[in-house]
Amino acid sequence: MKLGQDGDYVAAAREGMGNPCLQGSLRSLQARYGKGALDVWKTLPDPNLRSRVKARRMQTLAHLDRVLELLSQGVEARGGQVFFADNAEAANGYILDLARKRGVKRVVKGKSMLSAEIGVDAVLEAEGIEVVETDLGEFIVQIAGSSASHIIAPCIHMDRRQIGRLFADKLGIPYSEDPPTLTQAARKALREKLLTADMGLTGCNIACAETGQISLVSNEGNIRMASTMPKLHVALMGMERVAATLEDQRELLQLLTQGAALQKLSTYVSFVGGPRRKGDPDGPEEFHLVIVDNGRSRILADPEFREVLACIRCGACLNICPVYGRIGGHAYHSPYSGPIGAVVTPLLHGINRHADLCKGETLCGACRDVCPVENDLPRMLVALRCKLAYGDPGWGVRPHNRLEALGFKIWGRIVGHSRLYAAMLTIARALQRPFVGRNGMIGPLPGLKNGWTAGRDLQPMAEQSFRERWRARQNNNPATADNSRETRHGR
Amino acid sequence: MPAATVTLFVQCLVDALYPEVGEAMVQVFDRLGVPLLYPEAQTCCGQPAYNSGHHREAEAAARRFIDLFEDAEAIVCPSGSCVAMVRRHYPELFAHQPIMRERALQVARKTFEFSEYLVDVLGVVDLGAAFSGIATYHDSCHLARTLGIREQPRQLLRHVQGLSLAEMNNSDACCGFGGTFSVNYPEISLALVDDKIDNILNSGADIVVGCDVSCLMNIRGRMSRRGENLRVLHLAQVLAGEERA
Repeated sequence: MKLGQDGDYVAAAREGMGNPCLQGSLRSLQARYGKGALDVWKTLPDPNLRSRVKARRMQTLAHLDRVLELLSQGVEARGGQVFFADNAEAANGYILDLARKRGVKRVVKGKSMLSAEIGVDAVLEAEGIEVVETDLGEFIVQIAGSSASHIIAPCIHMDRRQIGRLFADKLGIPYSEDPPTLTQAARKALREKLLTADMGLTGCNIACAETGQISLVSNEGNIRMASTMPKLHVALMGMERVAATLEDQRELLQLLTQGAALQKLSTYVSFVGGPRRKGDPDGPEEFHLVIVDNGRSRILADPEFREVLACIRCGACLNICPVYGRIGGHAYHSPYSGPIGAVVTPLLHGINRHADLCKGETLCGACRDVCPVENDLPRMLVALRCKLAYGDPGWGVRPHNRLEALGFKIWGRIVGHSRLYAAMLTIARALQRPFVGRNGMIGPLPGLKNGWTAGRDLQPMAEQSFRERWRARQNNNPATADNSRETRHGR
Repeated sequence: MPAATVTLFVQCLVDALYPEVGEAMVQVFDRLGVPLLYPEAQTCCGQPAYNSGHHREAEAAARRFIDLFEDAEAIVCPSGSCVAMVRRHYPELFAHQPIMRERALQVARKTFEFSEYLVDVLGVVDLGAAFSGIATYHDSCHLARTLGIREQPRQLLRHVQGLSLAEMNNSDACCGFGGTFSVNYPEISLALVDDKIDNILNSGADIVVGCDVSCLMNIRGRMSRRGENLRVLHLAQVLAGEERA
């Protein structure tokens, strides 16, 4: 899904919650991986690993220009080419131009969320170039005409019966819901594409400035094939996805595979730093690294949000978030779903446009606990809400909800004056009386669009507030009577 | 050494909706001989405005709170999220105002959640309370994750005579309240609280205990609508031993 598909968060969330297949998958995913990652962090041999890596990550971000320069020098020294793209158009233009010059007819892709963010597939397809995803999950959502709903497990919203029907329809095999049979069918279809593709287009998990190489982790091996079999390999990289040293890169990859899938190491880890050299058994003839900004510089420049660039896209926050666990990834209308998507999508693509992502979480903090680089996503969600509350010209944000703002102004007046506050309580207590039911609770309020009482009863206000009961207690107790008007600094 | 005077920080929801929770806390402190003060001018700590991004209004509430409470010896509140507001977010709100920030930090240092104050400050785990039933404990998000308080309430509950503790699955999963979230996104919020209630029911408990009435209000409100009859109580109500034999 290209970044910035506009869409209704609540409607898509409702659809996700009504999809029993998705609900079942998310439940088992979260029961295993979210909790599993927390356990991994608790038993790390070095308990300070995450905070140390985070500190290094922030240090690297502070010198990002230098670090990227070193990376690009390393790649160029090995005969690779590096292109810095300011935005999606520049990145897409570079790739399209290259494809035209080399007469590319078919592109095989290794999983890349950045490719979805910039929408490169559509640009190539408009030129008549066939684009084939080779990551199994991405392949499935591609032929289904759907989009990824999880950073690591793109087709989590589909079960093997749906995939069986899809393969029978699109790959022309007899219907089967046996996973090995389906995997074989995908393998056969993908091998043909991999052997005949003219360009491999991959992402980059973590690059390293010291060695001048990017890295790619995977478990199926298709990403490795996509980066070695075609004559031309183009790697897309978000400009923040770089480590300064090999040691940093190693630690980040370790945290990435553990956060993503509880793996000490993924099945494949590829390090790519240029085209094939003399004597190499395989590898592309040309290697291009496209380093993409597309809004990241603005995040980097804002101390409130810079931290989000430390993210290594492991997806652990999706595996623990109670909201994502119910609504699924499509509600986020972005390649980046879950808590990380809720922060990074508005920052990349418009805070007003994605106001529901900023506001549609409970701030429970589970994502902060599970994050391998200890990103404080709830803090950043609150910071985004603050921009929506008052507007922010620097970010081009307009005040989001005037009614809510007025509500909080009035609220501010009331809680600022204890007498007014007490008077309001008394009035509310009188007004609520007709609505209190026999069970002592306030039931559904007809005719009112009320988010609370639509599905929940409401506790009515007590006939006597705590402060009134306290006053009575003080008056009845001569020993404490002198404290009965404890109103220091009272206003 | 005589016990420090505790200044009660009774969150707005307890004051208006659940005064019995505040009274239960008073009873527990009375039993321990802890002298109490209650500044009657207190209203709300500002958390609803803060979480919604309305930080100017939150800041005004924070200033007011600091004015009212900064002379206290110890400030104790029966709500984890309100304590998290004071302890973590007040200093953040005044990040660029050095004098206010210092005052906020001073207040933050002496503000405690109820169970934390009993166990970590007073060193009490057995209050001689009695209460019959099987309780399951709900870990509130800000209490468990922001303040790291998970064991203290359980320790206190384990020492209640006649009460047994049955852990629910995912005890620290969010109940779906989330302040204005529950009103702005009711369908998602309900899905979350339904998960919570199912876990509560599956634990075999007949009482749900928590340390934050906002979660309890959400759980109780949904249970009431679903027709579930479990009792939903704040820890202080159990410790005050409503059903003392």
